[in-house]
Amino acid sequence: MANNSTASDISTHRLEQHEYENNFSDIHPLLDGYQASVEASRCYFCHDAPCVVACPTSIDIPLFIRQIASTNNTGAAKTIFQQNIMGGMCARVCPTETLCEEVCVRNEAGGKPVKIGFLQRFATDGYMETGDHPFQRASSTGKKVAVVGAGPAGMACAHRLSALGHDITIFEGRAKSGGLNEYGIASYKAVDDFAQKEIDFILSIGGIELKTGSYLGQGLDLDTLRSDYDAVFLGLGQGGSNNLRLDGEDTDGVINAIDYIAQLRQADDLSQLSVGRRIIVIGGGMTAIDVAVQTKLLGAEEVTIVYRRGISQMGASKYEQDLAQTNGVNIVYWAMPVELVEQDGRIGVVRFERTSLDNDGKLNSTGDGFDLASDMVFKAIGQVFLSDVFAKNQAPELTRGRIRVDDNRQTSLGDVWAGGDCIDGGDDLTVAAVEDGKVAAMAIDKFLTSGEV
Amino acid sequence: MADLRNDFLGIKSPNPFWLASAPPTDRETNVVRAYKAGWGGVVWKTLGEEPHVVNVNGPRYGAIHSNDRQLIGFNNIELISDRPLEVNLREIKKVKREWPDRALVVSLMVPVTEESWKTIVPLVEETGADGIELNFGCPHGMSERGMGSSIGQDPEYIENIARWCKQSTSMPVIVKLTPNITDIRQPALAALKGGADGVALINTINSIIGIDLDTMSPNPNIDGQGSHGGYCGPAVKPIALNMVAEIARNADTAALPISGIGGVSTWRDAVEFMTLGAGNVQVCTAAMTYGFKIVEELIDGMSDWMDDKGYTTTDDFMGAAVKNVVDWKYLNMNYVVKAVIDQDKCIKCGRCHIVCEDTSHQAITLERNGERYFEVKDDECVGCNLCASVCPVEGCIDMVQLTGGIDPRTNQPVSTEYANWTTHSNNPNAV
Ligand SMILES: Cc1cc2nc3c(=O)[nH]c(=O)nc-3n(C[C@H](O)[C@H](O)[C@H](O)COP(=O)(O)OP(=O)(O)OC[C@H]3O[C@@H](n4cnc5c(N)ncnc54)[C@H](O)[C@@H]3O)c2cc1C
Ligand SMILES: Cc1cc2nc3c(=O)[nH]c(=O)nc-3n(C[C@H](O)[C@H](O)[C@H](O)COP(=O)(O)O)c2cc1C
Ligand code: SF4
Repeated sequence: MANNSTASDISTHRLEQHEYENNFSDIHPLLDGYQASVEASRCYFCHDAPCVVACPTSIDIPLFIRQIASTNNTGAAKTIFQQNIMGGMCARVCPTETLCEEVCVRNEAGGKPVKIGFLQRFATDGYMETGDHPFQRASSTGKKVAVVGAGPAGMACAHRLSALGHDITIFEGRAKSGGLNEYGIASYKAVDDFAQKEIDFILSIGGIELKTGSYLGQGLDLDTLRSDYDAVFLGLGQGGSNNLRLDGEDTDGVINAIDYIAQLRQADDLSQLSVGRRIIVIGGGMTAIDVAVQTKLLGAEEVTIVYRRGISQMGASKYEQDLAQTNGVNIVYWAMPVELVEQDGRIGVVRFERTSLDNDGKLNSTGDGFDLASDMVFKAIGQVFLSDVFAKNQAPELTRGRIRVDDNRQTSLGDVWAGGDCIDGGDDLTVAAVEDGKVAAMAIDKFLTSGEV
Repeated sequence: MADLRNDFLGIKSPNPFWLASAPPTDRETNVVRAYKAGWGGVVWKTLGEEPHVVNVNGPRYGAIHSNDRQLIGFNNIELISDRPLEVNLREIKKVKREWPDRALVVSLMVPVTEESWKTIVPLVEETGADGIELNFGCPHGMSERGMGSSIGQDPEYIENIARWCKQSTSMPVIVKLTPNITDIRQPALAALKGGADGVALINTINSIIGIDLDTMSPNPNIDGQGSHGGYCGPAVKPIALNMVAEIARNADTAALPISGIGGVSTWRDAVEFMTLGAGNVQVCTAAMTYGFKIVEELIDGMSDWMDDKGYTTTDDFMGAAVKNVVDWKYLNMNYVVKAVIDQDKCIKCGRCHIVCEDTSHQAITLERNGERYFEVKDDECVGCNLCASVCPVEGCIDMVQLTGGIDPRTNQPVSTEYANWTTHSNNPNAV
């Protein structure tokens, strides 16, 4: 399938202005009241419902749906926020097809699950529109907790701790808070600056001081935080990207997918964002899908995801793969890049070899291969936790390169907890990060109020 | 193809589907549209004395909806015809002349004086209408003026008025009964004694459909206030079916022809009324919900069902269920059933478990080997049918009869003999 390389083609303004608006509009518009009522009435209010078990934050789904059905939207929203303060973002970004909706009994009865995510968004959006906050802080405990990282894990932890009466300072390295909600999630999943609106909503509980531009490891260190605060929570995410380990990775046009996505998420005018005509994405997870779909929506002509394993090993769900394909993204399985060929000082061609699994389940090259011409190559083969943030301080122990925690999300340092993408064994989902933050907050509260861990 | 022709009190119509006296039959335009659509007959919107009544100018209807806005129950505070008597009579005469093959019965409501009734009835007879229906039903508005349901609640009035009407006309006289009464057999009996040819039931049930929680006004809201109104539509059918059955199975009233009304929306509803002894049915809310076209489904559905069952005329199944409606005390106590859950159909929602656990007999398991698994424990199940009633999957839970052996719940042998309460050992009055 070699295609002939032509001169590199990278440009802005590939589309008309209205096409950008259309392409990057809300992927699933908010249900209206009638749609929500009909959808809610499809819920059977199962006993000991499987969806609740499948939700990482254990939202009482049958209850909030019944509240929607009886037009008690405030109650529905509170049921959600009680378990998951980022219920609004989760309603937009959770891969429900592999979580709550996967186990809905309606898959059996009627062939389609109740649209739990859509209903959750109906309830949370409706509530957030009011400008109210669903919780009141408990009376002050006088304890101070430092939270590092204002992503889903850090925000959820800070919110719960504040509700419990502790005073929180969040140290966030970037200019804006929200973590990947702000810089990573596909734009059409969280339109209208929702990530920031949600941060404002969470902070409106009070008792949380947010310091942006404060990067742990740069003028801020863990030892000091531990001595200045009663406890520390680390929600650092994964700051680095994996490399292909090929020569020429620093060639112009070979880009970390998450860096490009961050640029895209922050762009005021998408027509100003350069995009190639022919795009290659290397990887098989959510990031690969997101960069592929979004470059396609920016007007790239040919977008090809090349994944070294098969359809069923892909990290992206079936729903995400379908989304890529309905957007015209081509997915090539069982091939890996072996050479990045530079042309006129930029990436020109990527040379691939086909792969297969041997009897021991090890991935091998089959020897034959193909070339793909490309104007931009995106690396989307996973992120890594940057442990150099601890510098020379006493650092929590790591496993597999990430912070090791116990069930309470406590690290090897007795007064430091961690959660989200930076810990080992996590699910690398927004909702999982929220749960980590919440669980850690409960444990920190216990530690601060009773000294127990 | 089944023969749906209908003869009710000698009034002939091409099918047993009549429109009940209500807005659909308020005027010539509506009635002609109904006939064109295929309705077998109509009972004209109730006529009263001059000066004719006036309706409120605010909303007169309220509704209860399902979540997908299906109309489940309907209520109204409308009065009887608010058009001049003379206009109605003129239109009735014209319509009857132009549509001789359709039934046209005229509903009447005037004060409880012999003179009032004996004045209006001949005026109707003059139009050539097929019969009259005495509206002793409306539970709102007219009842405050000593008419409607306040007559229907007094057997003596019913008997007298029926008699006055019979004395003043050769047309068949139907008495339309109100359900707002404890024992429906009493007014039916009174109608019979007064010489009425048949009864029609039910009229609407007295109701408040709901409260607007912002204005604290009942619905429909008339400038911040509301009044009780008449309830009808699908929600009232079970009440109507029972009242029809009560009349049909009571020896004293069994001979009374019945026009069945209340929540008829589909052919199946109509058939159910007729199996309980109704000679035909009348429809109001379903027509007001969907328009007249629904009669096509009524005709077609009944006809197909009859063909399926091998019935050629409606007489073949009319009253077929009456003998099976009995007093509780005659039910067979030796009929023992157990719920059986079809595991292939079970979707594992767990509702059968939790309702039996919380509100019945703790007879359904929750899990087996750590997995969700719902199975009936025969030694606890009383066969109440709750689980099957709440199961979202049709046909997943069946009530299966024990025809022998030991009932594991009672440890008693299952008898195949019929035995009822009248002879039961726990009955102090056992015979
Ligand atoms: C492209 C992409 C798409 C995704 N799409 C989805 C999706 O659709 N659905 C889904 O459920 N999940 C998705 N995920 C995963 C999800 O975004 C993450 O699992 C989630 O954001 C993890 O939250 P977190 O709080 O652990 O980390 P992050 O969201 O990464 O937040 C970490 C925060 O800590 C800050 N920080 C890091 N280091 C320091 C430091 N040293 N000092 C101070 N601050 C620091 C960062 O600036 C950031 O704000 C996606 C991920 C990516 C990359
Ligand atoms: C708006 C409205 C007005 C009605 N007016 C009359 C009436 O004037 N005379 C009468 O006998 N019944 C009247 N009824 C009662 C209906 O004829 C009928 O008995 C009742 O609605 C039950 O039937 P359904 O469930 O098919 O509607 C009225 C009903 C409605 C909804
Ligand atoms: S029939 Fe009644 S008692 Fe028996 S299992 Fe079902 S709900 Fe329980």
